[in-house]
Amino acid sequence: MNQSQKLTSAILAITAKLLSGATVRWRGSEPDECQRVYFANHTSHLDALVLWSGLPRQLRAITRPVAAADYWSAGRVRRYVASCFNALLIDRHDISVRNSPIDIMLREIGNKFSLIVFPEGSRSVTGELQTFKSGLYYLAKKRPDLELMPVYLDNLNRILPRGEVLPVPLLSCITIGAPIWLHQGEGKDEFLERARQAVLQLKEEQ
Amino acid sequence: MVPTAMTIIDNDVAEAVQKLFSIDRLTIGLLLIVIALLFAVFGWMNWLQRRYSDTVDPAMIRVFNRRIVAWLTIYILLGLTVFLGPLTTLCFFLGVSFWALREFVTMAPTRRADHRTLFWVFFVFVPLQYILAAYSGDRRWFIAFAVLIPVYGSLFIAARIAFAGEAQRFLERTAKIQFGLLICIYALSHAPALLYLDLIYYDAASGEYRPWEQTNSRLLFFLVLMVQLSDLLQFFWDRLYGRNLIAAPINATKSWEGLVGAALCCGAAGLILQWLTGITPFTTYGAAIMGMVISLMAISGTMTMSAIKRDRGVSDYGTLVQGHAGVLDRIDAICFAAPIFYHLTRFFLGAAVAG
Repeated sequence: MNQSQKLTSAILAITAKLLSGATVRWRGSEPDECQRVYFANHTSHLDALVLWSGLPRQLRAITRPVAAADYWSAGRVRRYVASCFNALLIDRHDISVRNSPIDIMLREIGNKFSLIVFPEGSRSVTGELQTFKSGLYYLAKKRPDLELMPVYLDNLNRILPRGEVLPVPLLSCITIGAPIWLHQGEGKDEFLERARQAVLQLKEEQ
Repeated sequence: MVPTAMTIIDNDVAEAVQKLFSIDRLTIGLLLIVIALLFAVFGWMNWLQRRYSDTVDPAMIRVFNRRIVAWLTIYILLGLTVFLGPLTTLCFFLGVSFWALREFVTMAPTRRADHRTLFWVFFVFVPLQYILAAYSGDRRWFIAFAVLIPVYGSLFIAARIAFAGEAQRFLERTAKIQFGLLICIYALSHAPALLYLDLIYYDAASGEYRPWEQTNSRLLFFLVLMVQLSDLLQFFWDRLYGRNLIAAPINATKSWEGLVGAALCCGAAGLILQWLTGITPFTTYGAAIMGMVISLMAISGTMTMSAIKRDRGVSDYGTLVQGHAGVLDRIDAICFAAPIFYHLTRFFLGAAVAG
C-alpha cells in the first residue's frame, strides 16, 4: 500500500465510524492478531466497510473483507476504495471447480490475513437472516485452524438500505461473539445452521 | 502620520487587550463559581465513593458524575462563548442536536420508505434551522427561524412520506419524524438563538425601557443554570418529601412535591440571583417567574421523554448504543425549557416592544 492509499484508508475508517455511529462490542472474544474469519449478516453496502473500520487499527491492516467483484470493480472510484480497505474481490458469476473462490481466499490470506465474509451471499431485503451459503463450511474444512467469529451488524440496513444511494446517519452496533470451529464429523448443513444460529444469538442478546 | 505596519499591529494588540478587559466580568465570575462548585461536588462524590464504598450505591454515583461532567462541559463552553463569540456555541448546539436526533430516530423505528424523508431531515432541515438561528436577531429572518420546522418541515415530512408510496402506519410514521425534528432540533436551537436576541430592559430609576447592552451569554447562562438547578432540586425534593407520584407508569420518581418544591426554589433562586447581581434584563420578580417557568418546563421535558422511553421499552437512550452517554437523556429538560424561555423573553423584552 502506498502513502495515498494509507491516507484514504484512514479517512475511510473515520468516515465509516462517523456515519454509522457504530459501537463495537466484543462478547466472549477479544481483538487478536491470529487468523480469523469474521462472518456477519448482510443488509447494506456499508456492512464490509463498517465492520472493517470497527476493528482496531492493527487488525484492520491484516483483515481483508471479501466483496463482490461486479460491484467493487465497476468504476475507478470503487476500485480505488476497494484497494484502500484491502478488499478481496470475488467474481460471483464466474465460479467453477477450477476457479473456486475458496481456493482464491485461502491463497490470498496465506498465514497472515484474516477475512470478513457474508455467508448469506447477497444482501437481505427484509433484514431477516437468510440461510448461509456453503463457502464458510469449506473454509472451515480446509483451514481448521481459522477462528470463525460470528458478527451481528445491527441497524445498518436503516443507514443505507438496499436500493438507496444516500445514507442516513443513524447509530448502529457491531457485536462480535465467541469463535466457533467445525466439529469432528459435522455435516455441512448442520454446521452452517449452527453458524447461522451463532449470529442470531448475538442479535437476541443485545 | 502615515500608519506603518508597526502602529497597525500596536493598534490591534491594544484593541485585543481592551477587549479582554471589557469582557463580561460578571458572567465569567459566576461561571467560575459554578464550575468550582461542580468540581467540588465531583470531588466530594468520588471521596464519598471511596470512603463509604460498601454503603453508597456506585451506580448512583456514576450517574451523578456523568451528569456533572456534562454540565461542566456546557459551562466551560459558555465561558468560551464570551471570548469567542456566539458562533462557537451555535456549532456546539448543532452537534448536540444532530446527535440527539440520531439517537431519537434510531430508537423510534422507521420504515424503509421513510429513508429519503430522513435524509432530507438530517441534511437539509438540521443545518438550515441552525443557519437561521444565527440570523434570528433580524426581524425578517426571525420569522423564518420560527416557522421553518413547524410549517415547512412538518408539511414537507408528511408530503414526502406520501410521495414515497407506502400507506402503512402513515400518521404514526409522520408523527415520529416530526416530533423528533421538533424536539431535538427546533426546540434546542432556541438555546443558542438567545445569543442573537436584541433586548431592552425596564429601568426602574427613570421608569422607562432602555436598550440592554450586556452580552446575551448571560441569558443562556441563566437558562442552563435554572434547568440544572431544577434537576438537582427535584432530585432532593423527590427523595426527601416525594409522596404523591405524578404518573407512576411513566416515571417512578417524579412527584408532585418535587415539582412544586423545585419550581418554588428555582423561583427563589432566580429572585436572589437577579437581586444580587442583576445578571438578566428581567426585573427581580420577572426573574423569579422565569425561574419557575423554566423549572416547570424542565420537568415537563423529562416526563415527556420518560413517556417515549417507556413506550419503546428502554431505560436510557444511552443503552441503545452502549458506550455512548445518551445525549438525549441529558438535554430533555433544556429542550422543553429553551423555546418557552426564548419566546417569553422576546415577547416581553424584545427590542421592538418599546417601539
